[in-house]
Amino acid sequence: MKKTYKIDVDCANCANKMEEAAKKTAGVKDCVVNFMTLKMNVEFAEGSDPAAVMEQVRKNCKKVESDCEIFF
Amino acid sequence: MNKKQKKMLVRIIVSAALLIFLKLLPAALLTPLEQALPGSVYLLWLALYLLDYLIIGYDILIKAFKGIKNRQVFDESFLMAVATAGAIALALYEHSSDYTEAVAVMLFYQIGELFQSYAVGRSRKNISELMDIRPDYANIEKDGRLERIDPDEVATGSIIIVQPGEKVPLDGVVIEGSSTLNTSALTGESLPRDITAGEEITSGCINMTGLLKIRTSKEFGESTVSKILDLVENASSRKSKSEDFISKFARIYTPAVCLSALLLALLPPLIRMLALGLAPGWETWIYRALTFLVISCPCALVISIPLSFFAGIGGASKAGVLVKGSNYLETLAKTRIVVFDKTGTLTQGVFEVEGIHHSELENAKLLEYAALAESSSSHPISKSLQRAYGKEIDRSRVSNVREISGHGVIAAVDGREVAAGNDKLMESLGVSYIGCHSVGTIIHVAIDGRYCGHIVISDIVKPHAAEAIKALKAAGVRRTVMLTGDIEKVAARVGGELGIDEIYSGLLPAGKVEKVEELLAAKDAKEKLAFVGDGINDAPVLGRADIGIAMGAMGSDAAIEAADVVLMDDDPLKISKAIRISRKCLAIVYQNIVFAIGIKLICLVLGAVGIANMWLAIFADVGVMIIAVLNAIRALFVSRV
Repeated sequence: MKKTYKIDVDCANCANKMEEAAKKTAGVKDCVVNFMTLKMNVEFAEGSDPAAVMEQVRKNCKKVESDCEIFF
Repeated sequence: MNKKQKKMLVRIIVSAALLIFLKLLPAALLTPLEQALPGSVYLLWLALYLLDYLIIGYDILIKAFKGIKNRQVFDESFLMAVATAGAIALALYEHSSDYTEAVAVMLFYQIGELFQSYAVGRSRKNISELMDIRPDYANIEKDGRLERIDPDEVATGSIIIVQPGEKVPLDGVVIEGSSTLNTSALTGESLPRDITAGEEITSGCINMTGLLKIRTSKEFGESTVSKILDLVENASSRKSKSEDFISKFARIYTPAVCLSALLLALLPPLIRMLALGLAPGWETWIYRALTFLVISCPCALVISIPLSFFAGIGGASKAGVLVKGSNYLETLAKTRIVVFDKTGTLTQGVFEVEGIHHSELENAKLLEYAALAESSSSHPISKSLQRAYGKEIDRSRVSNVREISGHGVIAAVDGREVAAGNDKLMESLGVSYIGCHSVGTIIHVAIDGRYCGHIVISDIVKPHAAEAIKALKAAGVRRTVMLTGDIEKVAARVGGELGIDEIYSGLLPAGKVEKVEELLAAKDAKEKLAFVGDGINDAPVLGRADIGIAMGAMGSDAAIEAADVVLMDDDPLKISKAIRISRKCLAIVYQNIVFAIGIKLICLVLGAVGIANMWLAIFADVGVMIIAVLNAIRALFVSRV
């Protein structure tokens, strides 16, 4: 399952870091962060609960970039 | 500017003013204070500079602290904080009271960040304005009054009213009124288009002159305008190789520079001390290491590459070319072989019945049977037969329709078996037919197994087709190929007229895929092959080519789905335009990569040998970023490409 979320982040490198962090989160199969459109496309692993996974994704992203935000 | 940016601007101005004031303040003014309280001036200087440093850099320090807490040592805020705090510490150690450098580095860094965020915000806005085709409302007539409702709430088959000056919110058919449409937001075409009752209308156009009553044929989510918006908004999510390269590079670059900084701070002094017996010179080497940290941020690269692609995709859509991702822009730039479908791509796909030969029946009767047999097919040829027949088709007379792809149709009409199609169909049915000398598409008709004559249909070449082939050659395309299901004679005539290098005729849809696969296998790996089709039955070929380009896609969902690049109008000239836009964008990307990496490497070398100080480092860093961003925005301007 794929979902798109709006994000807020200030710099392009930070967006790359968020993408890395999100990819490493359990339950995320793949993730693409688009800095120009401020969107995060997340592909969830089968059988995972998007809401719970996204909670963890946000936590991991905040770790690498404290100023970021994901809206879901 | 948003609130955050305005706040930053105020901080920059205040901090810069304070810095200049401190630099200009004559030392003599403070002599009495020093005499009264020895050592107080030293502390006063320190306090004032620290105040300035905090005004401009407090958020960086907070972020750096958070970074340490989360073990993010390569966080750029952290590195900036280390570099500037290190410079202050060195000044303290040397009792030089010169803290200007640390404050200035922080100041320039913030100016760079502000500029970057402003530039990115502006181009985001520019590009979304460019694609400002989203309709806000639809008018519905209720009790004689117009009511505005959300286009999402309009059911298929509703009647909507579009007044002059309004956007057409949903796809449909005009049932009343006539007007002129401005389609430039969709197609990049500035010539207005006339529309009258009975014609199909695409959402996203602007109604210019008359009042139109439209029966909607699709829901908003399925309408052209939604599909295009969706496509454009998600376009740059498919990342190009250059973008991947840069994010990988950034991941290695920062740690590598930090490590070299550490080595630079430790190794030379130790070698001097232990091996050469000289004074270690710790301050010099630590200062050089701190200079390294200032250059360690990969910002210029990381921002300018996606920005270039984003601007390139935006610029292309302004010209009526929708590119589905940065990767496709990259492929497009390397296109050397262009394969065309004939019908609907190079020719208008609007066939006219030219003649009826050898008819055993009355000509009109033969046409009637052929039109009825073909009545359920959406092929342009069937449409032209129906048009030539000119009367309402009574479908109840037709039954048991079998469409044989690449051959024709067999159907029962008025209980008689009518076969309408090409030579192959006649051969497979074992009907002897009479060949035709005219150039065109020949539809043989056999009734109950008996040959009854043939209908000649011909297609018209698009006005810009020959020019388009020439433009492609000029744009560096090495080989042009035309594939068609049509007979050799027609294909040769069209191909010769347009100057196409190779022509393959008589291909079934599966044959087209095979041919493209052959061409793909034969070409050089670095060259890319583009297939251009009208999307009606080309979906498999569009998917198979390196890059699939669909033409005249207004209203054809299948094409928008299957293609990688969508040309919004029918003009084949746009293909070379798309290639040139992609070349320009890629050139900008390469310029930025070489320029940014080059300058940084030079600064690192100069910093290591002590020629570049921290001032030069921060100027180089921010300067490169500003130039790279401005260069990236150039990709947006495509009108003269």
